[in-house]
Amino acid sequence: MSLKSRQALAILSACVLVVGVLAAAGITVWRDFSPYEREVLEPILNPRLGLLIMIGLVGAGAAAVMMKSFVQENLAAPAMLADELGLIVGTDPARRLKPTGSPELQRIAESVNLLADQRRSLQEDVEVRVREARLSVEEERNRLAALMSELNQSVVVCNLDGRILLYNNRARLQFKALSDAPTAAGGGEIIGLGRSIYMVFERNLIVHALESIQERIRRQSAQPVANFVTTTRAGQLLRVQMAPVLSAVEGETESTVSGFVLMLDNITRNFEAETKRDQMLHSLTEGSRSSLANLRAAAEMLEYPDLDTELKDRFLKVIRDEVQGMSSRLDETANTFADSLKTRWPLDEMLGADLVAAAQRRVEKKLGLPTKLEDVDPDVWVKVDSFSLLQAISYLASRLSDEFEVREVRFRLTSAGRLVHLDLIWSGQAMSTETVMSWELEPMAFAGESSPLTVRDVIARHDGEMWLQREKTQHRAFFRLLLPSATPQDQVDASAYLKQDSRPEYYDFDLFKQTEASHELDDRPLAELAFTVFDTETTGLNPSEGDEIIQIGATRIVNGKLLKSESFDQLVDPLRELPESSTKIHGITPEMLLGQPPMSKVLPAFHAFAEDTVLVAHNAAFDMRFLQLKEEGTGIRFAQPVLDTLLLSAVIHPSQESHRLEAICERMGVNIMGRHTAIGDAIVTGEVFLRMIPLLAEMGIRTLGEARRASEKTYYARVKY
Amino acid sequence: MTKKILIADDEQNIVISLEFLMKREGFIVCIANDGQEALDLVRSESPDLVLLDVMMPRKNGYEVCQEIRAEPALQGTRILMLTAKGRETEVTKGMAMGADAYMTKPFSTRELVSKVKFLLDIPA
Repeated sequence: MSLKSRQALAILSACVLVVGVLAAAGITVWRDFSPYEREVLEPILNPRLGLLIMIGLVGAGAAAVMMKSFVQENLAAPAMLADELGLIVGTDPARRLKPTGSPELQRIAESVNLLADQRRSLQEDVEVRVREARLSVEEERNRLAALMSELNQSVVVCNLDGRILLYNNRARLQFKALSDAPTAAGGGEIIGLGRSIYMVFERNLIVHALESIQERIRRQSAQPVANFVTTTRAGQLLRVQMAPVLSAVEGETESTVSGFVLMLDNITRNFEAETKRDQMLHSLTEGSRSSLANLRAAAEMLEYPDLDTELKDRFLKVIRDEVQGMSSRLDETANTFADSLKTRWPLDEMLGADLVAAAQRRVEKKLGLPTKLEDVDPDVWVKVDSFSLLQAISYLASRLSDEFEVREVRFRLTSAGRLVHLDLIWSGQAMSTETVMSWELEPMAFAGESSPLTVRDVIARHDGEMWLQREKTQHRAFFRLLLPSATPQDQVDASAYLKQDSRPEYYDFDLFKQTEASHELDDRPLAELAFTVFDTETTGLNPSEGDEIIQIGATRIVNGKLLKSESFDQLVDPLRELPESSTKIHGITPEMLLGQPPMSKVLPAFHAFAEDTVLVAHNAAFDMRFLQLKEEGTGIRFAQPVLDTLLLSAVIHPSQESHRLEAICERMGVNIMGRHTAIGDAIVTGEVFLRMIPLLAEMGIRTLGEARRASEKTYYARVKY
Repeated sequence: MTKKILIADDEQNIVISLEFLMKREGFIVCIANDGQEALDLVRSESPDLVLLDVMMPRKNGYEVCQEIRAEPALQGTRILMLTAKGRETEVTKGMAMGADAYMTKPFSTRELVSKVKFLLDIPA
């Protein structure tokens, strides 16, 4: 029964009650009268019957009025309170009750308001905590990523399916070096978020390593790691250490492996060095053994008294030959293997000029001694333990300053073949050799720093030498430190770091949750898939009449993020002339295409780049046509599913007339930049596509299959190219 | 009866000494400069003992050793390996290939003589 009818019923009952009671009273009294009394009263009452009824009605009315206010207070007001309360609970936690009605109701309302306040603050507290937790997780991730990017070792983190979740810059550079594809992808076709590590390593190798890790975990080994060495396609030797990523599962005490970390070391060079050392040892042992045998035998023969002169001469000749042979072999070995013979102290390779600059800073700051540079060869690389070496230099400078009142030191760095001369120069008198000796042999202590090492220890650590040399004509002297040189490192590293203006998207831990779906891609939500968004520039519009691709640009979307740092951007020599009219559109001139790889080289790299992803392009049919015409010649097929942003736009905005990329960008609020370069258009298309995913979801289009079916139904899909 | 010894080594500088030494001890000496020649001479000259170097051209000492041991007619031939390969693994291999003794270069000529005599059952 509704509130209104309950109210009406209550009022009506009150009226009926009053009228009933009055009528019953009248009737009862009437019955009680004697016939005589009735006769007397009837003529008195009869004319006043109206008045009596009136009194009854008034009574009923009064009851109705009283009941109404009672009902208002006890039915309507609580009902309203209940409604308001429902609003607070359900929709608007900030809403508060107005204390109205009876004092009891007002007290209830006040208490409810208090409860609501408490609830609100609790909720806010929880939200704050959640936000804080999320922030700290985010921060930790960022810190981890930052740390990783600084690491000198290549690190790749994968989930159990071998999908890459994180990699650092070092790993990217290493894979770039391993890549045998043209420059375009820069190793990006091998390493990228969501890509499979099995592109690099044989699946069995990883599976085997994982198994042995599982086994170690089962045996509760303290270090459940696995090591293996493998060769890459380019013939490099990689040493790989694998460690598990463990995640605790609720309700279980043991943690399970949810992924793995690979630490990669390119040991090709080390291996070569080892091999060389091995050769050296071999030539020193076995080579010497034979010669020594010859020598010893001959010498022992010479001891026989019954030797004739001719034989004696022959044995002597053997001895001369062998001694000479051994000497020259020893020299040769020493020269050839000089590098391998160096002490095993781990030395860092650094640019000589950097070392000198560091020495300058240290001497000036620690000792307050002015410094100057003389000839410093900018191309020289040294192999040093920079900390101890800088200590030694500062120590020498401090003694010069303290004991010989040297007021300024200068540095000079020159190359001398396999060695480098680092000179510490000063004007004024030179000390005696004994003094130098004592400086060399005392543990280093200066300006509050002290070390158990001596200068000689430091020099020995570098397998170097040091001496004092005088320049009498200029009235000055210098300490010369002989240090090992290093082969210059490629500066690629530095430029690769500089090129990126923002920290690139090198990690995506959400991929941990992804597992290799056994079900078809079609059933998977768009938001979960990896996409390669691409665009091409061509010589013209008719591939069947000989028009060719001259540029491919592509970028990747993984887990709903556009990975601009994992892009593919390559010009292609079309092996035909380029119509001037097309240059107006894409701005690519024939000169720009000179020396670029032909499609037969670029297509395999692009195919690898797009492997395991869904292709996305604007007006994809056009680009796909060009690619498909190459299938026969190159044997490369793009068999993966394709989505077209043009068709999807028609799905989302069927009434709009234009589905050109510019028009879509305007509708979706995507900034257009660098249009009509393949990579620029690919990025814009990617942004557009990302914004389409939630819009499609609102229409109930969530999976790849649904998106494809919806696309096929649009008018535009029926147009053939 | 005078025993015959084959010296198989491609290094002339050791052959000179060994030849002199063995002749002086009263043996008949023949010389091979590589593995194949050594094998041929073992067959044609049937020496009582071979001083066999491992590192030789054409056929190395291990192969020579193995082939000698594979021919029943040559079973009486004693083999003393003389080599610069001094690692335990190589000594083991030499013995496994059928050498009767193994001496690592450099060796003492006196010891060599006594070993040869021991192998040929000649009292020192």
